[in-house]
Amino acid sequence: MQWEVVIGLETHTQLQTKSKIFSGSSIAFGAEPNTQASAVDIALPGVLPVLNAEAVQCAIKFGLAVNAEIAPRSVFARKNYFYPDLPKGYQISQYELPVVGKGSLTVQVGDEEKTIRITRAHLEEDAGKSVHGASAGMSGIDLNRAGTPLLEIVTEPDMRSAAEAVAYAKKLHELVQWIGICDGNMQEGSFRCDVNVSVRPKGSDKLGTRREIKNLNSFRFMQQAIEYETRWQIETLEDGGTIQQATVLFNPDTGETRAMRSKEEANDYRYFPDPDLLPLQITVDDIAKVKAVMPELPGDMKARFEREYSLSAYDASGLTSSRGIADYFTAVVTQGAEPKMAANWVMGTVAAKLNEQDQDISASPVSPLQLAGLLKRIADNTISNKIAREVFDAMWSGEGDADSIIDKKGLKQVTDSGAIEAIIDEVLAANAAMVEEFRAGKEKAFNALVGQAMKASKGKANPAQVNEVLRRKLEA
Amino acid sequence: MINSSLKQLGAMLQTKQVSSTELTQAFLQRIDQHNPEINAYITIEAERSLAQAKAADARIAAGNAAPLTGIPIAQKDIFVANGWKTTCGSKMLDNFIGPYDATVIKLFDDAGAVNLGKTNMDEFAMGSSNETSYYGKVQNPWDRTRVPGGSSGGSAAAVAARLCAAATGTDTGGSIRQPASLCGLSGLKPTYGLVSRYGMIAFASSLDQAGPMAKSCEDMALMMNVMTGFDERDSTSLQRDKENYERELGKPLQGLRVGLPKEFFAEGLSSEVAAVVESAIAEYRKLGAEIVEISLPNTQLSIPVYYVLAPAEASSNLSRFDGVRYGHRAAEYDDLLDMYCKSRAEGFGAEVKRRILIGTYVLSAGYYDAYYLKAQQIRRLIAEDFAKAFTQCDVIMGPTAPGTAFRSGEKANDPVSMYLEDLYTIAVNLAGLPGMSIPAGFASVDGKQLPVGLQVIGNYFDEARMLNVGHAYQQVTDWHTRMPEGL
Repeated sequence: MQWEVVIGLETHTQLQTKSKIFSGSSIAFGAEPNTQASAVDIALPGVLPVLNAEAVQCAIKFGLAVNAEIAPRSVFARKNYFYPDLPKGYQISQYELPVVGKGSLTVQVGDEEKTIRITRAHLEEDAGKSVHGASAGMSGIDLNRAGTPLLEIVTEPDMRSAAEAVAYAKKLHELVQWIGICDGNMQEGSFRCDVNVSVRPKGSDKLGTRREIKNLNSFRFMQQAIEYETRWQIETLEDGGTIQQATVLFNPDTGETRAMRSKEEANDYRYFPDPDLLPLQITVDDIAKVKAVMPELPGDMKARFEREYSLSAYDASGLTSSRGIADYFTAVVTQGAEPKMAANWVMGTVAAKLNEQDQDISASPVSPLQLAGLLKRIADNTISNKIAREVFDAMWSGEGDADSIIDKKGLKQVTDSGAIEAIIDEVLAANAAMVEEFRAGKEKAFNALVGQAMKASKGKANPAQVNEVLRRKLEA
Repeated sequence: MINSSLKQLGAMLQTKQVSSTELTQAFLQRIDQHNPEINAYITIEAERSLAQAKAADARIAAGNAAPLTGIPIAQKDIFVANGWKTTCGSKMLDNFIGPYDATVIKLFDDAGAVNLGKTNMDEFAMGSSNETSYYGKVQNPWDRTRVPGGSSGGSAAAVAARLCAAATGTDTGGSIRQPASLCGLSGLKPTYGLVSRYGMIAFASSLDQAGPMAKSCEDMALMMNVMTGFDERDSTSLQRDKENYERELGKPLQGLRVGLPKEFFAEGLSSEVAAVVESAIAEYRKLGAEIVEISLPNTQLSIPVYYVLAPAEASSNLSRFDGVRYGHRAAEYDDLLDMYCKSRAEGFGAEVKRRILIGTYVLSAGYYDAYYLKAQQIRRLIAEDFAKAFTQCDVIMGPTAPGTAFRSGEKANDPVSMYLEDLYTIAVNLAGLPGMSIPAGFASVDGKQLPVGLQVIGNYFDEARMLNVGHAYQQVTDWHTRMPEGL
């Protein structure tokens, strides 16, 4: 039988606010345990939550970025369960009425575009952390993370492969950083995904029983986990078994998923509206204020690049694949570089170099100003493309700006026609056999002669001039 | 001196007839003498109180005293106070020392009032007799064999026995008004959102509201001036300008339309209470009030609605008492679940457990719609009843409680009859309206004279008018000045 996998994602993005969602404590990562836990965070008797307006603005930003409905009225609810790292005995979340409603995100999977529907996104607080083995036989509780604002983003079961799920997760990861609501740090848990996976016979429109892979914090693990889970579910069904709804964990060491607890035993969370918080009201005016400070979205920027700079869709898409790349490219162009040339360099030489050294563009040793300086020298024929790469390498190693490197290394292109004629005369004299071949009709010999001339000039001769002079002399 | 009004005490302090230190000492002495029997206070910290009195004396000497500066006020033990043991009447918090000040505590501190001590209360404010307190029952000063009412029973007994100049209480379903009625004093539950709930240990968040308990409406006006106001730390606190609650005092009641809900004078009301309430209404007629009969048709539903919603919220509010970070933790346990179960089983009393169980049940999957959601719908109907009534009248009057103070133990094993104590008060909390109880006379029960309260319910934010309605009555009657014998 042909099987189809059906995947939906729930992503917890930690919002980049100055303070917690319901208290004034800092949310900075890595502080000494319990030093960022106020009376509200540790749920002393009598304390009350007060909603952080910045978290709401983040939610609105996200809603605008995925073209979603932003609820004029949403409600915070209590999710009740006991756990030592949950100080109040309930988590404040949103249940029936979330702040962000239906939206969508379009992702590139290979050569195809696919639109993933977003069901909802809601605000909630994070729990603290249990630290096992903190002292002999005891577990410690660190409540620094308790109350950190999260936006949980839920999709429809629209993905049909691990590749699609990863493409969506990467795109979402990029988007939340792009609009400045999340730092995207997956190691520190700022962006974590729960993946719902089920399989069904291809062509069926009924959903199979799903299992939820919890807390994936790397795209590679996500890919592996979904692939393993899909195989496991298909094999189980083909062996005549059935799938039980369950929560599973992925073990990166074995590459396997393993059931944590079955849903039947799951808690009854007894959700009800939190009487300590009024319904969250968002006016058209509130949305307009956020819109006014929204950065240009990647889709809009891509269209503008195509229009303003006459770039291909492929180039524009690559340049807007991350906020860092887009900002870098924009800066290069602003410094006076020709856009198409800048696009080629940013996505070609610069990207390759960064890739080689596994670095982010924000860490590029060549600044946009320096790159623009280099591109200008190509445009005004001071150096050829080939020499430019040599200059770029030198800039990368910190040898200075393009002009000083060209100067120091004597890389300026030779355009003096007298000098070029002299070089060509020498080449023609030294390669009589090739000249004969050319005259016998072998066009390839011409290219070989150009190569010899360039070599003789140490690459500095203007290639167009070399071509022209050589042809004139051979055909004379 | 112990019978003086807050205004008189303020004047005596400012003219140096008495110092705050002397006044505080005088009350501490009375507490020493009577509290071992009455048990109105859980915690007395003479040194702390006297230090505040000394500071108040300095402030008075410096000439920047506020109306309550130097006056000893008792605080219900539901308010967290920095450095004070704060128990909420529960074994669960027997070891809990408040690490911060509730807004109410801070406001009284800022006004220069002296915190005289923390008063006894039903455990987590759940009760109508003060018998569920871990710290023992409180005696009603009018008849020591009877309950003072609850949950603010300690505050009520302290005011009635003159063990403080005035006290704070909190009212979720009648916990200020019913004990005020049973102890012969004035008590006001303000409009929901007028007094900050920050630092007030939550029972049912959407119903809880703090208010004054005092000898007269004038005293309550002075306290309201201190207690109310927007607090950014409480999201349900209302953003309104500060009011002067004395502003209406002394205005004539001519033309005041008083609504009498027929449902408040039906089955369940004891005849002796009915008689006292009716004579009080007659007095209002003499003061120029116009009496209109009104109807609050959903009154009977208020008790079942309340006993769904309040326990639902309580079951969640009390989850934080898990023995992990503070409060009672069982001495021995096998694992995490066992620690939770034992700590909570040992830390909570029977009534609290009963309400946690009810609340957990009504919020459970499959029952939520039938109980919680349905109760919320009826809650809206109850509020609409009042909205309609207030098109016909300015204030509503009736009994505060169906009877006078009952004997200790009489209803302790009959929760439903205990719940019916709040028949006339609960709807006010469900609607978020202000409600007040003032002494309206005495009923003779088994040869004892027991106080009876008249309840006055106003429209939202109408506290200033209500206080004047009570004040006008207190100008022509002396019920509120009577004091129990033997004290």
